[in-house]
Amino acid sequence: MKLAKMFMATSALTLAGNVATAEEMANELTLVSWGGAYQASQVKAYVEPYLEMHPEVKVTWDESSGEAVAKLRAMNETGNVTWDLVDAVASDSMRLCDEGLAEEINHDEDLAAAPDGTSASDDFGDLLVSDCFVPQIVYSTTFGYRKDLVGDTKPDSVCAIFDLDTWPGKRSLQKRPIDNMEWALYCDGVEKDAIYDTLGTDEGVNQALAKLDTIKDQVVWWTAGAETPQLLADGEVVFGSTFNGRLFSAIAEQNQPIEMLWDMQSFDLDGWIVPAGLPADRKARVMDFLKFATDTQRLADQAAYISYGPARASSAPMVGKHAELGIDMAPHMPTDPANSGNVHVYDYEWWADNRDDLNAKFEAWLAK
Amino acid sequence: MSDMTDTGGPVLAADGTPLKRSLARALRRQKMRALMLIAPLLLFILISFILPVADMLYRSVQNGIVTETLPRSVVALADWDAKSGDLPSEAVFAAMAADLKEAAAAKTHTKVGTRLNYENPGISSLFRKTGRKAKKFDLENGGPWKEALIDINEGWGEPDNWRTIQTYSPPVTAGYFLNAVDMRVGPDGAEARPESEQIYMNLLKRTLWMSLTITVCCILLAYPVAWILANLPMRQANMLMILVLLPFWTSLLVRTSAWKILLQQQGVINDILVWIGLVDDSARLVIINNQFGTIVAMTHILLPFMILPMYSVMQTIPPTYLRAAKSLGATDWTAFWRVYFPQTVPGIGAGSILVFILAIGYYITPALVGGTKGTFISNQIAFHISSSLNWGLASALGAILLAVVLVLYWAYDKIVGIDNVKLG
Repeated sequence: MKLAKMFMATSALTLAGNVATAEEMANELTLVSWGGAYQASQVKAYVEPYLEMHPEVKVTWDESSGEAVAKLRAMNETGNVTWDLVDAVASDSMRLCDEGLAEEINHDEDLAAAPDGTSASDDFGDLLVSDCFVPQIVYSTTFGYRKDLVGDTKPDSVCAIFDLDTWPGKRSLQKRPIDNMEWALYCDGVEKDAIYDTLGTDEGVNQALAKLDTIKDQVVWWTAGAETPQLLADGEVVFGSTFNGRLFSAIAEQNQPIEMLWDMQSFDLDGWIVPAGLPADRKARVMDFLKFATDTQRLADQAAYISYGPARASSAPMVGKHAELGIDMAPHMPTDPANSGNVHVYDYEWWADNRDDLNAKFEAWLAK
Repeated sequence: MSDMTDTGGPVLAADGTPLKRSLARALRRQKMRALMLIAPLLLFILISFILPVADMLYRSVQNGIVTETLPRSVVALADWDAKSGDLPSEAVFAAMAADLKEAAAAKTHTKVGTRLNYENPGISSLFRKTGRKAKKFDLENGGPWKEALIDINEGWGEPDNWRTIQTYSPPVTAGYFLNAVDMRVGPDGAEARPESEQIYMNLLKRTLWMSLTITVCCILLAYPVAWILANLPMRQANMLMILVLLPFWTSLLVRTSAWKILLQQQGVINDILVWIGLVDDSARLVIINNQFGTIVAMTHILLPFMILPMYSVMQTIPPTYLRAAKSLGATDWTAFWRVYFPQTVPGIGAGSILVFILAIGYYITPALVGGTKGTFISNQIAFHISSSLNWGLASALGAILLAVVLVLYWAYDKIVGIDNVKLG
């Protein structure tokens, strides 16, 4: 009798997953991120503070965000999801959501409201690009150039990339159609608003590829974010695109003779997703951590360690100085008004639809 | 006749059972014991290698997702004539509405959208956007569904989208394989893709051609090294052997990165060439991020796989043979070419098979030093596995690569004979 009662009580508790208390939260937390300076900023801004509040929790890191989608799919197929919370870029999170591999988040219920009471969904605003996605940072893919190799005329437009007469030398571009096709069309005279309409037609694709053809033999294609800073530091390339935080650390932390070219920077988002199908106790722990790690103060704290903009509007005014270098971080944020005068807004929905198709055309063009 | 068999009878063993049966039993016991001994390895290979490979290969034709997610629509669409250019009937739209409502509740509508998007770009957002509204469909009174669905997304008004659903409704598809050989299913059956989308056949040709070049480079470089190793006194040979093995034990990534530092335009080789005045500073050589870079780095990385089998074969050739040939009047060249070389062919064969098959599946090194023209088909397989998530296409490409290797192996067996291959 007693046993049966106890059993019923526990199962009732498990069913009421949402009103979880500390006793039934798992004490193990496996977080997946990108490694490097970015993961370090997450550790300092919210993982360490969380562990101070909950010393019973043990955190394990897995630096697999680069292959998160493929690995989550494989885990899901074998029915053994070992990850609790995964850092992913917005487009990956959309695909994970599409595939049913990520849990849908009720942003207003699951996340903390802003200090002034604004609901989480209003605070994140347009950045909630997918139902499964909790944005952390706004980063941008943008260009840096070697100050000493560009000659007397400083480049001030992204179209300098396509101007081999004024700025000869190699350029490094990411080995994917995204961003490169848009920049090519923009510099071929297509209006910013019309870029995706143009790219939707075969002529538009050919136009973009023809523009890229003009610099093709001067391009070094990169796949990992660390390549461009290295190529710039070696003097292998004059211009190179990469994530703005990588350029920041090359400039501010390593004192390389590199300068930012913010024009037409391409905004993108990075954030958390919760894998689908977690057991109730692990999910309760994850949701508790997620609520803490994405509140206004924590996102602002993160910006003290890396030059990525916090995803919450309410965090922006709280961004202060770099935790170690003591320099003001605001001017290094992609979202700073001085840097975001002319930006390229990357269309997630459009790329989700056309990614495979354009990739095939892009790869065929590359191989030619 | 019958008398003779009767009197002869079967030969009996000591315990009275027929010898034949007793022998068979003993053999069977031996076989069982052998099987038991290899059972752990056999099971391990079966579970960790053969089954996963078979499962991955099956994905290259598997297409159950469309019928499973849209069962009613697939049945209703069967009678629709895609070539008529008209939209399907109201019954098909109603079936789709019912399927979508169910799929949206189970969150599988986006999966089928992703699957169909491989064949028809844009269909993924059609399913995603419609799925958001589909949960609230009132199946009883919501009709007529033709207008309702087209109202939600005009993509439903395009016969081409319906044709894609119809074409890819069977549970088994040749679509991935067609894609892997640069073809697709058009309105009139299989057709070649437009030239701007043809990738894989060129990549396959390039992979084979470059692997062959790498193998030949390895033979040319490894032969003299293996000869020296085999003919030096033991002590010196061992010292040299360490020089061969050290890079072999070094991480692949480290060796590839080292080649990057050596070959790049501001790299060691270019710097030296500029310093001694062979090359002008403004015209530094481009020897990385192209096919040359891949061939150099991979030849270096795969060289030990050629040297080792060659060395172990050369070691078994008695030096007296060469001396005998020369004492019978052969020139150095004739002695080498007619006496020594033929005996080393098994080593060359073993090394070549090893290097060629390893080269054909390489992807880390080409990805790092190959630029755009020096990458292999395995780089595309890796891309589809980990990035585009089109596992069906990746499996089809893998299956083709596997088939090519098996055909080449078969051809090698016919021409050279696999019995002539010696690893030591």
